[in-house]
Amino acid sequence: MPHKTFFWFFFPSGLAMILFIGLPIFSSFFQSLHIEPEQILIEVETCDPFGCETEVQVDLEATAQSAAENPLGRFNGFGTYKDRNHLAFEEIQEAWQSTGDFSDFIKNVLNLPFYKSLLFTLTFCFTVTPCVIVLGFIVALSVNVLAKSIKGMVIFGTILPMIVTPLIGSLVLFWMIDSQGVLGATIQIIFDDPNLSLKSSKALTWITLIIYGIWHNTPFAFVVFYAGLQTVPQDPIEAALIDGATRTQRVRHIVLPHLYPVATFIALICLMDNFRVFEPIIGFSAEGVAQSLSWMIYKDLRNETLMLFGSAGATSMLTILGVGILLMPVLIRTWKEFKTER
Amino acid sequence: MESKVNKYSKQLIIINSVFIIFWLTISVFPFLWTLWGSLKVKADFFSRADWYYAISGFNTLIETGGRFTLNGYIESWTEGEFGKAALNTIIVTISVVSISLFLGTLGAYALSRSTYKYTFWILIAALIFRAMPHITLVSGYLFPFFQFKVWGILPTTIIVLVAINQPFTLWLLYSFFKTVPKELDESALIDGCSYFQAFRFIIMPVMWPGVITAGLFSLMLAYNDFTVTALLLNQENYTMVPKINAYLGTVEHGGNYMWAVASVVSATAPLFMIVMFFQRQLISGLTAGAVKG
Repeated sequence: MPHKTFFWFFFPSGLAMILFIGLPIFSSFFQSLHIEPEQILIEVETCDPFGCETEVQVDLEATAQSAAENPLGRFNGFGTYKDRNHLAFEEIQEAWQSTGDFSDFIKNVLNLPFYKSLLFTLTFCFTVTPCVIVLGFIVALSVNVLAKSIKGMVIFGTILPMIVTPLIGSLVLFWMIDSQGVLGATIQIIFDDPNLSLKSSKALTWITLIIYGIWHNTPFAFVVFYAGLQTVPQDPIEAALIDGATRTQRVRHIVLPHLYPVATFIALICLMDNFRVFEPIIGFSAEGVAQSLSWMIYKDLRNETLMLFGSAGATSMLTILGVGILLMPVLIRTWKEFKTER
Repeated sequence: MESKVNKYSKQLIIINSVFIIFWLTISVFPFLWTLWGSLKVKADFFSRADWYYAISGFNTLIETGGRFTLNGYIESWTEGEFGKAALNTIIVTISVVSISLFLGTLGAYALSRSTYKYTFWILIAALIFRAMPHITLVSGYLFPFFQFKVWGILPTTIIVLVAINQPFTLWLLYSFFKTVPKELDESALIDGCSYFQAFRFIIMPVMWPGVITAGLFSLMLAYNDFTVTALLLNQENYTMVPKINAYLGTVEHGGNYMWAVASVVSATAPLFMIVMFFQRQLISGLTAGAVKG
């Protein structure tokens, strides 16, 4: 296809992506270099018969004017990246000097908002993904042997958790697990502890969120594995059967190696999607003990009084950096393949 | 051919059936339970005293005089203005699906037929774009949108959702067009068609299976989106998902919680219907990228 034709065919789609995916990344970066305008203070002298007093007041008019002149605020360089809510270099340094114990130091660092969110995001990503792959594989194996007549129904039931949006999915579960919901109340009765609820402890909340993540993502892994199973060649399996291999051995030595690329694909997609986890946090109202990077951005942008564009931008850039690191192995592999093709 | 490979011991069949039933319970029961609960009053569905109330409808009987009540639905659709949110969702979904299919088919067709190296880079860029968390993009939109005064209205959200959806649509349709034999449109070109005519008269008639799959995914993205719609729309223009979240945020009336439950059911039911009809296409789309490795 000549360049010119290609250009016109691709132009609308490309333009949409550049304008609304490419540019916002730059816009985010630009915002992150700025900080909200400071309030302009003036000294007002108020005199009464007993003498004069000077007091400092916020000059509302001048503040509003400066905000109108320069809506993005003033230039702050990489200041926002270094402050307490992001990379917090100073606080880390302080913690390093003041605490002798290494585990204390780690504890201090993980109390900082950014590192706390990063820890949750990574924990979520790296516990959910392996569980999803294993569980998805098992479900695919067992659905695969079902009779044809009920397969369709079972597949439909299995993929439901994936179809609903994470917010609705987490609400549906939350209403059951909540201390007043059917499961939550039952658990309270079983353990005879009226205060036991998922909100009562950090560990329980994290576990609930992770279970939700597995519930939501397993159908995807199942569907992909299931399709993969249809392509497994039958001849080697029959040959193995004749040679006396058991079912487990056949799965272990023939089916698994065949599905290895499929598993990498699932792992990649799952990691990408789970890195942006934030709707379940809202659905389970778990903001108190579990924050993710995406949730931090949401909170900055949902700020009632003043939207913290600078802070949101900085967190966004750091999140994008994280996505880049996650994608790196794939990109390197693709690049190598591309090189060898030439 | 019935081969020995597909013979299973009785034991295995039993274990397998138990597992499948267990699994189906986990994935389906929460939805059935919510449907059941949406027909009760709050004191039953969120019963601290005894969850058996949720089944017997003890408080529902006292408060409304029947075992089931439609109050949650009636109130959320009238007082809660859920109907307006549903209408907004329909507008957004239809627009996003049609626009992104239009852009996506053209772009993906070009990508699949061009032999130059830059197509590879475009596809890689699309993969990276696909990985961007949506909220990081939203944080980039808000400020310019406020400045240009286009924040809060439906068209802005539609365009943004189309753009966010493009990378995936491109990948999906690209791998689909790769399976359409090149000879089809090449012969048309030899006969004197322009590329556009070849696309219009040769490719369009055969591309519908791929388009339906891609459309289904666009539909799910637009219908389900929370991040973009919650932050880019103002309250009056909310679609269903942010509306449900808004019901939870307001705690003035106790009734609002049941509004959320009822509207979750109202929002989920149409989606399940669509998926039931198009299950085959959905699954073929999910696996398009994977099976080829």
